[in-house]
Amino acid sequence: MRLELVKRPQRSALFSALSPFIAFVLTMIAGGIMFALLGINPFTAFNTYFVSPISEVWQLHELTIKAAPLILIAVGLAVCYRANIWNIGAEGQFILGGIAGSIIPVMFPTFESPIVLPLCLLLGMVGGALYAAIPALLKTRFNTNEILTSLMLVYVAQLFLDWMVRGPWRDPQGHGFPQTVLFNNSATLPELFPDSGRANWGFVFALVAAVAVWLLMSKMLKGFEVRVLGSSPRAGRFAGFSFNRMVFFAFMLSGALAGLAGISEVTGAINQLQPTISPGYGFTAIIVAFLGRLNPLGIVAAGLVLALTYLGGEAAQTALGISDKVARVFQGMLLFFVLGCDTLIHYRIRLVGLGAPKPDAVPAPKLEEAH
Amino acid sequence: MKKLLIALMTTAAGVSLAANAEAADKLKACWVYVGPIGDFGYSYQHDQGRLEAQKELGDKIETAYLENVAEGPDADRAFERLARENCKMIFGTSFGFMDSMVKVAKKFPKVMFEHATGYKTADNLGVYNARFYEGRYVMGQIAAKVSKKGVAGYIVSFPIPEVVMGIDAFMLGAQSVNPNFKLKIVWVNSWFDPGKEADAAKALFDQGADIITQHTDSTAALQVAEERGLHGFGQSSDMIKFAPKAQLTANTDNWGPYYVKRIKEALDGTWKPDNVWLGIKDGAVELSPFTNMPDDVKAMAEATKKKIADGWNPFTGPVAKQDGSAWLKDGEVADDATLLGLNFYVKGIDDKLPQ
Repeated sequence: MRLELVKRPQRSALFSALSPFIAFVLTMIAGGIMFALLGINPFTAFNTYFVSPISEVWQLHELTIKAAPLILIAVGLAVCYRANIWNIGAEGQFILGGIAGSIIPVMFPTFESPIVLPLCLLLGMVGGALYAAIPALLKTRFNTNEILTSLMLVYVAQLFLDWMVRGPWRDPQGHGFPQTVLFNNSATLPELFPDSGRANWGFVFALVAAVAVWLLMSKMLKGFEVRVLGSSPRAGRFAGFSFNRMVFFAFMLSGALAGLAGISEVTGAINQLQPTISPGYGFTAIIVAFLGRLNPLGIVAAGLVLALTYLGGEAAQTALGISDKVARVFQGMLLFFVLGCDTLIHYRIRLVGLGAPKPDAVPAPKLEEAH
Repeated sequence: MKKLLIALMTTAAGVSLAANAEAADKLKACWVYVGPIGDFGYSYQHDQGRLEAQKELGDKIETAYLENVAEGPDADRAFERLARENCKMIFGTSFGFMDSMVKVAKKFPKVMFEHATGYKTADNLGVYNARFYEGRYVMGQIAAKVSKKGVAGYIVSFPIPEVVMGIDAFMLGAQSVNPNFKLKIVWVNSWFDPGKEADAAKALFDQGADIITQHTDSTAALQVAEERGLHGFGQSSDMIKFAPKAQLTANTDNWGPYYVKRIKEALDGTWKPDNVWLGIKDGAVELSPFTNMPDDVKAMAEATKKKIADGWNPFTGPVAKQDGSAWLKDGEVADDATLLGLNFYVKGIDDKLPQ
């Protein structure tokens, strides 16, 4: 006996809409069993996980801080993935955006002016976009696999940042520690409501980007072009669309958004460059993009949910005394059920008996002839 | 299914009872760790300190912790969360938490903050550190005695003063036994990455080292030494269980007494921010039992340990910098400020310090 996934001829609209909720209920059941086995009241656990992080104002602020970079990056990635281009290197584009955007505050630390911050953000976007143009160039020129090139450029970016903060950009007054000078006030992304929490403009950027990309993909010709070339390059060519131009467009758009996320994080939350500026946002955003089903508005919801599980995981550590690992397992369950339910919309499971002959098995004699 | 339901209901009842029984006037002390407490190294030792404090002070305190907290915005949130969840005293145990702690301490002036290995202080933020380099000097001496080839491998995380200090002290110890001792260094750019650490250990052994030491937090390097039938040292925690034949000794952090003392002060209302640097003499740095070595080496190690406990500093001249220029004159002792900002190698180390 084995299981086989068979593509459904058509997907059910009802279950497409219900699937996130079914996944949520399944997570609750499986998670509840896990918490019960650990001797923790499942209802207390769920309350800590999903309700406590959004029941206080300061935590809502933290939620937006955690969600903003995930949404910004994932929205850009969604464009790439819709175009069937596999940009795995958003983490690198995020870092390069952070570095490029830091040029002014690090090299001219005393330069204060209202134009500093917009320039930083712009440079961050340019940095991310140019870095993403490298795998685009390699793909269109040499037909290299963009999964490999974009992924490997992540490590290049990480080591480049590491070298910069230890070498040319190290704070001379920093006791030899690997970090740049602290940015001055005009290079700091302002907080939205400083009285109640730390949330900054990064979240606004994320929302604006999500709406803009949604408009682009569903209402504009460029979005149509991306989708057509993504699902059928041949058909796209007949329509007069250029595949190469689209590769650059998708890569550079997602690179610019990742770069903006990077410089927002640097100017908003960290305020200087350090050897690491991202706890893996560029990779987590890939999950967010798929959780949001590559729809920019879905991605906003998915980013908030994923951020919520991080916050809930921390709350569970302190309130219930459970390990960081349990929190991760719970997060994994949620992703597993969401992706599992989505898969079952498109496919159904068929049980295949071991003894049954395979319908497409090649008869042995034919193979002999081939020798 | 029915059994499960019963289990669910009984645990529910148990938890609500326990919650009611909790007293409200306990002092809540909280910790933030950079790694998982299951690293059996640095974060594990801090958590042992927490457990010791909990045991010692019993029902006068309650404790909580957050593990695996990334430096940066996540750390800001971790400290803020603990401060808001009524922690009266918060210990942050990684250098990289420094700016987060300064920020959050300013926001919560009534909460007492204690930062390990940092240098920024405030009215409610103190710093504490251990002179790990004292133990490393002893380890260097042992390495030079036990090594047949006169070459040791050293796996390191980040080129911050803390780490450079350890490398220099190890080399000075080794040179005091064998002036021609060689040290090979590999940077892995991580505090905790067992895979990378193991790869680095293999590479160093392949390049001719027959002793390994590390300034990273996992047991991986020592386990490679065990597999190869060679020797090494434990880091932060006694790792003899992972390498019963390979571990010579371990440079062990013992934070418990400090945590107990500071929390007691908080309970008495006498806590003040301080800047302390504890060593072998204070019991904060301990060398776990000397094993897998001849008796004369053991005796030498014990003697050096005693000498340091009596107040001798491994950074006592004459010491030259890597480029040959003089650093410490004969009998001159390095002052703490220089050590805390140390960014150069001593003579004889064959590696370029990443700048």
